[in-house]
Amino acid sequence: MATSVGGSAGATAPAVPVHRNPPSRPGMSQRQHQLLTRGLWSLSILGACLLLLYPFVWLVSASLKPRSQVFDNSLVPNPFAPENYVTVWKAAPLVTWMVNSVVVGLVAAIAVTVSSAVVAFGFAYFRFRWRGPMFALVLGTMMLPGAVTMVPTYLIWDRLGLASTQVPLWAGNLFGSAFYIFLLRQFFLTLPRDLFEAALIDGASYPRLFRSIALPLAKPALVIVFVFELRASWTDLVKPLIYLRDPALYTIPRGLKAVIDQFGKGGESQWEIVLAASVLTTLPMIVLFFLGQRHFVEGIATTGRGGA
Amino acid sequence: MTAPAASGPPPTSVPVATSARAGSRRARGWGGAGRGQREGRWALAFLSPWVIGFVVFTAGPMVASLVLSFTDYDLVNSPRLVGTQNYRDLVSDPRLLTSMRNTVIYTVLHVPLAMLLALGLALVLNRLARGQGFFRTLVYLPVMTPPVAIGAMFLLLLNGRSGLVNEVLSWVGITGPAWTTDPAWIKPGLVLMSLWTIGGTAVIYLAALKDVPVQLHEAATLDGANAWQRFRNVTLPMISGTIYFTLIVNTIASLQTFSEVYTMYFGNAATASSSGDAALMYAVYLFQQAFQFLHMGYASAMAWLLFLIILLITVVQVRVARRRVYYEGG
Repeated sequence: MATSVGGSAGATAPAVPVHRNPPSRPGMSQRQHQLLTRGLWSLSILGACLLLLYPFVWLVSASLKPRSQVFDNSLVPNPFAPENYVTVWKAAPLVTWMVNSVVVGLVAAIAVTVSSAVVAFGFAYFRFRWRGPMFALVLGTMMLPGAVTMVPTYLIWDRLGLASTQVPLWAGNLFGSAFYIFLLRQFFLTLPRDLFEAALIDGASYPRLFRSIALPLAKPALVIVFVFELRASWTDLVKPLIYLRDPALYTIPRGLKAVIDQFGKGGESQWEIVLAASVLTTLPMIVLFFLGQRHFVEGIATTGRGGA
Repeated sequence: MTAPAASGPPPTSVPVATSARAGSRRARGWGGAGRGQREGRWALAFLSPWVIGFVVFTAGPMVASLVLSFTDYDLVNSPRLVGTQNYRDLVSDPRLLTSMRNTVIYTVLHVPLAMLLALGLALVLNRLARGQGFFRTLVYLPVMTPPVAIGAMFLLLLNGRSGLVNEVLSWVGITGPAWTTDPAWIKPGLVLMSLWTIGGTAVIYLAALKDVPVQLHEAATLDGANAWQRFRNVTLPMISGTIYFTLIVNTIASLQTFSEVYTMYFGNAATASSSGDAALMYAVYLFQQAFQFLHMGYASAMAWLLFLIILLITVVQVRVARRRVYYEGG
């Protein structure tokens, strides 16, 4: 196994420029040594990917097995039980939950993208006395554990009579979010200032600078913020647990938690239903990832650079 | 708003003023000082969403939470001042101590393991001559999975009798433990689960590795450094800023771990009783106190304790890092 993988990887080697040859080891030709190293690297990456991806394969496969065989860990379901998906469809209002998640997710993502962009532009373009300390404060809020503001924020929505609605799931996004403000500000700072100065001379207003110059140029960064927040909103369990009481208002993670409580551990032990619902909850994120994977990876990489 | 140049024109003469001052603006460029009240006012306008949000959803609630932590409040009756009672209760609450111990054990196991494996993964990815983008995508994929789905999935994968993890262990002759029911093995099981999503950190490391100048490696090779020496003396110092960043972020996140654990072991009467308190994380207990037992005052005191702990750990990490982290050009 090892040699065949190493061999095939090694066969492609000549086409690729490799770093300067290391000093040869005694008892092994340089070429052999190189093949062995490449083989080992390829093997370890294949192993890692297998470990990371197999749970997905297992999940999909187990969700297609009849109840008695959910635990058999075989790769191919036999017999094949696609009716699990029909059962879960009937047992839980999945469509309602998905629609809720889509609506909440889109509103949350659009709100935070626009508001963070406005604030980020303010920090990137304007010079004012308290800018440094204020921006430090923005970054500082990222350190604050959500638990500190969780209870009073609940009380605010309770007082407003909105504590059992979906409003608290997105309303906070209207005011920008520290990490996204940071990310967008970094991007705005890379735009040449002359662009804005020229427009100002031509009589453009500041809102127009933002809308007609900064926003269109910042599109790649805006997409990053949008897909990140869509993911964050789609996968969030905490807020729906706190706020949503009526199952008709549940988002999909809250719904899945209800399905687990009813059919899974401590419930009726109908794991095939839980697994089918898990697949349906995860699938949209996989699709989103393949549509916007470049943006996810870029956004994540920026995160690290910001800290460095 | 706070512009030092007091010569700003009144708002009525706006169009004229814009073009008249354009020349001097040019000279000041990116680094210029404030330019009069009009610009200051616009700056404030652009920042206003954040300012409002900060006052209403961060600063206000922080003050409220601090005040609440000295009260007894159950949402029904109005808050009653109890002095430092909540804080004194914290010390003697056995479940709080359990939750704290659980969280510390989880963090101490999870953070170094996740960082080490992520770094290994990034190093391997970085060596790939081709297909790097493809494998990077695969590695990141688990990060996209909603925590609730991860929890459901790993309840089965870690199942003691017939889970996949124990089946694989049995191939090499190991009888795996009851990861999800044995109190001694619940936390290691959670750590194992957490390692499935190291792709996020690995992608951060990979980006940092790509920023390491090739010339440094070439120079070290010419000087006769072997692979380990190059890693230890070139790569590691160059990415130490990023490692330090992920250490802080992962620690903070780990101390607040909630969703997967809550999904697996809490939420209905049966699940809560079956696991005992072996999986009781700090954030889970805080959530229970606030929204199940409606002890809003006690939960607020817990939140402040958590905040202080996080602050303390971060300060220590910053102190240590100041001596050990290399920042390019700084």
